[in-house]
Amino acid sequence: MTVALDQCVDDPRPYIEAAAPTHPSLIDSEHVVADLYDMVNVPTVVWIDERGRIVRPNDVAFGSDQFRDLTGIDSAPHLAALRAWVKENKIPFTPAEARQRQMLPTPEVQLARAEFTLAWHLHQAGKVDAAERHFVRAGELAPFDFTIRRGSMPIRGLDPMGAPFAEMYGEWIQAGRPYYVPLKAES
Amino acid sequence: MANVNLLLLDETRALTVPASIGGAQVRIAPAALQDALGWELKPQGLCKDDLCVPAHGRNDLVTGDGIDLAGFAELLRRPLAIDVDERAACLGACAADRAAQMASLNAPDFTLLDWQGQPHSLSDYRGKKVLLVAYASW
Repeated sequence: MTVALDQCVDDPRPYIEAAAPTHPSLIDSEHVVADLYDMVNVPTVVWIDERGRIVRPNDVAFGSDQFRDLTGIDSAPHLAALRAWVKENKIPFTPAEARQRQMLPTPEVQLARAEFTLAWHLHQAGKVDAAERHFVRAGELAPFDFTIRRGSMPIRGLDPMGAPFAEMYGEWIQAGRPYYVPLKAES
Repeated sequence: MANVNLLLLDETRALTVPASIGGAQVRIAPAALQDALGWELKPQGLCKDDLCVPAHGRNDLVTGDGIDLAGFAELLRRPLAIDVDERAACLGACAADRAAQMASLNAPDFTLLDWQGQPHSLSDYRGKKVLLVAYASW
């Protein structure tokens, strides 16, 4: 089940059409799933079992090695673990291990999300200047939440691949790359 | 205080609620707050379903103009983003509640439209293993 944290279906549409998915391919313009699951960047993967239980919490994982040089993350270990879960029911973590690996939301991040939601609705209503103030505030409250800071750039007419992102990326590297470390211990 | 129609976002659910605005304060009549969010002001505090949150010691929570929205948010430990000039506010989810949900390892349910406009809920897929993948064009 894929969830696009994009402002509208048009942004991811070319990729979805190229993929011709047989799985549900959802659009999350208001970041409902990002909020519920405390996702701070994309891609984020979560494994959920037949009873609706999280067996492997939020992690960075890619389906291929297309961005391996940029991210340093090899796609093979997660894919192997995923196949083992699907085909052999191999559970990656005990519940205690899964909990240990969860990053839990803080009041600051939740306020950032409220500012982002307010900004999004103001933008939809044509109140672009007011929206901008709240997008900026959201980014100040959660400076390393890519879903908030980078995710707001297309809405605000900023290039998420350009200078505003380069600035954010530089700060994130300086801060020691928080959040972007793959889960340890693929057993 | 001026009477306005407030855009109140309850997480992402958009509501229009009659409110009074004065300076930086937003107040909502108890009946309107109950209609919108299900919280009722009782002698023992703010109550919803089986839960009551005591409101003692907060003398300015309720006045003739209504319940102070910021005070209400603080009592429920929910974040509040306000734009008084635009008559809009977003009451977000409490971090402790989100954290407790995550720590329970019960995957939160959600309903979203797919790229062709059809709704799907996570709970539609009970009985199957689900790989949830969030991505973006950015």
